[in-house]
Amino acid sequence: MSKMKELSKGLFKDNPIFVLMLGLCPVLGVSTQVSNAIGMSAGVMFVLLFSNMIISALRKFIPASIHIPAYIVVIASLVSFIQMVMHAFVPAVYASLGVYLPLIVVNCIILGRAEAFASKNTVVDSILDAIGMSVGFALGLTLLATIRELFGSGTITLFPMGSFSGVINIPWFYDNPIRVFSLAPGALLIMGLLKAFFDWNSSRKKDR
Amino acid sequence: MSYIAILLTFIFINNFIFSQFLGMCPFIGVSKNSENAIGMGASVTFVTTVASVITWAIYYFLLVPFKLEYLQTVTFILVIASLVQLLEMVIQKISPALYKALGIYLPLITTNCAVLGIAIINITNGYNVMEAFTGGLAAGLGFTLAIVLMSNIRERLDLHPVRRAFRGVPIAFISASLMSLAFMAFDKSLLTNLHLV
Repeated sequence: MSKMKELSKGLFKDNPIFVLMLGLCPVLGVSTQVSNAIGMSAGVMFVLLFSNMIISALRKFIPASIHIPAYIVVIASLVSFIQMVMHAFVPAVYASLGVYLPLIVVNCIILGRAEAFASKNTVVDSILDAIGMSVGFALGLTLLATIRELFGSGTITLFPMGSFSGVINIPWFYDNPIRVFSLAPGALLIMGLLKAFFDWNSSRKKDR
Repeated sequence: MSYIAILLTFIFINNFIFSQFLGMCPFIGVSKNSENAIGMGASVTFVTTVASVITWAIYYFLLVPFKLEYLQTVTFILVIASLVQLLEMVIQKISPALYKALGIYLPLITTNCAVLGIAIINITNGYNVMEAFTGGLAAGLGFTLAIVLMSNIRERLDLHPVRRAFRGVPIAFISASLMSLAFMAFDKSLLTNLHLV
């Protein structure tokens, strides 16, 4: 039961984007296309999983006085690794993520989970926590990106596979795009509305 | 690009908050009153300026000669983290008054995307050292402008009836969205019209 809870808390109850409000820079920056959102989520998932694993395995060896620099070194090395992998295998995604990919280092979710969870719990719990949190992050980011891309340009961009070009045109929306949603103000507006919805939802549950 | 063009670019056209979304966490977290916002803005401006110059020097004098460019991310974040620590100690020693004003914000700055962001952008754009300095200064000033405007709006919002679900962070995001819409008036053509490019 408690293992299940570690896994599922990141999805809705402690969703990193809409409830904890962590790691907002990449969320707003890359949510212009669904494919970018998926690429970013994959990067965060990898880094969070391994940083939680390594930090919880080393939690008894890292001296308390230098724990933050130690965590940052672990996280930064993982980020450099994922940067090189993405540059080599998915150059298009690497190019469109741009500066936001190295900025995973300062993404509050990763350091936050290392500090708040991995430094105090066992390796298995930390892995479950990382999976739950990163799936919650991926869901939130993909939701935001889907809304923005649907209204902003009427398409859903996935990865090209075989004869499939990777871009799905949504009939009515494609002819009537609301461009502002793809631009910066749209990201902030939709983020505000979604946050209001999540707040409303949790206060409604509390009242009951 | 001239220095004025760089200043205009990072303060207005590519404002870190309103068009690049760098430094979003402190922007939402520390913008509840204008006094804190000014403190945070000043600290960020100070750190982005110093960090831009130092990371530039490390990249071109240390990483490039030894062909270690792939260590950019690791080096930069370590340099920024130690720089923030060092600045904290120096300010505490030299000016206790300034430390009292900025002290609580400094530790938060290490994980501010804006600082690492400008350091990386300086390198990607191939700036020389003076341009990097200007870029860092302008990015900090742009952040300060955004957070001070936002804090004034939020102080006013506290006095107005806002629906419960929208109170606090959601309405802040929506206000930021409207400001960002206004900032879209500044675009690259501004530089062309002013004959700066």
